[in-house]
Amino acid sequence: MSKSVLDRLKAVFKERILETNDFRGDEEARVAPEDWLQIATFLRDDAETEMNFYTDLTAVDYLEREPKEPRFDVILMVRSLAKNHRIRIKTRVGVDQELDSLVSVWRGADWSEREVYDMFGIRFKNHPDLRRILLYDEFEGYPLRKDYPIEKTQPLVPYRDVEGIEIVPPFGPDEGKPWNRIDWLERTNGRDLHVSPSLGIQQGQRSCLSQLDERNSGEE
Amino acid sequence: MGEINSGGGEAQVGMSKFDEMYASFLNWARKWSLFQYPFVTACCGMEFMSVMGPRYDLARFGAEVPPGSPRQCDLLWVVGTISQRQAPILKQIYDQMTDPKWVLAFGTCACTGGFYDNYATVPGVDKVIPVDIYVPGCPPRPEAVLDGLILLQQKITNHNRIPATVPPRELPPLTAMRK
Repeated sequence: MSKSVLDRLKAVFKERILETNDFRGDEEARVAPEDWLQIATFLRDDAETEMNFYTDLTAVDYLEREPKEPRFDVILMVRSLAKNHRIRIKTRVGVDQELDSLVSVWRGADWSEREVYDMFGIRFKNHPDLRRILLYDEFEGYPLRKDYPIEKTQPLVPYRDVEGIEIVPPFGPDEGKPWNRIDWLERTNGRDLHVSPSLGIQQGQRSCLSQLDERNSGEE
Repeated sequence: MGEINSGGGEAQVGMSKFDEMYASFLNWARKWSLFQYPFVTACCGMEFMSVMGPRYDLARFGAEVPPGSPRQCDLLWVVGTISQRQAPILKQIYDQMTDPKWVLAFGTCACTGGFYDNYATVPGVDKVIPVDIYVPGCPPRPEAVLDGLILLQQKITNHNRIPATVPPRELPPLTAMRK
């Protein structure tokens, strides 16, 4: 990877490029949200950068970062098919802050920005059609925010009116659950007496371990 | 006999001998002509195609016809992950099917939600519609699916609507991984 894109950006925008990183040719620049649209337009139009291929736009929620605000990183990835180079542009956006939409620069940004809005609630100024893209309109909150409760679901259809709908027969007390609600540590340690035998056999978990233990003790 | 059933064809207390024979004949006919509605949403669909294909050949069990409309079907295959957004569609399709109807949850995601323990996924289709047969596996082997179908046929014969999981056939040979 050439360093020409970062050099060009730094030469033109000087101190408005807040931070750069080019670890092993993976070029990255952080800009202020006010410069977002201008720098994107420059990247596309400048003869030296010529970023004609929009790759992706996404966001990250840094809930624990100091200072707390601005909380989100919005990340733009573009590459140039003509010049064969790429760059990643980042900016930091607060919870109630709007960011300029890039749809006027690359049409492909349309759905990516809708997805970022859907998952993080970051609003884009001048976006032609900013609404949820993957989730349903009834959904409250933004699920990829780190403060969204991890077990909160918002069913569209009310669950069946059956006693103990969390675990419907034929599942035993520890069955019929998504995997990470199962206490695997307890199970592999053999303290899983409440596991129904069918699931234990099915997963080969207990019997494998206990048989291996028998085998090992037999060898010694 | 006398367990919960729906849609006729079940033996009931106080039935005449002829009615009982007629009910068992009806269930015999049903179990060999299950019209299926595949609700295929995810990667388990590849395994489902394999079950439908000539090597495993679902047609041997009289269950190969997908009529294309849920109104003409009596076996709903839920094949793959069901997201919360999709659940109303699944519920509607189930409601459109005529009685008697059976549901087979194909794969771990349809049974329990699998590892998609998050805001987007229904943790098992039994939260929305009643399920008769659970076929675990990610995806299940075609043999396990055939076991599930045979289990369903046995349940139809016995007028049995209690949900069941497909038991494992046998454990794979064990190899020592630690000393």
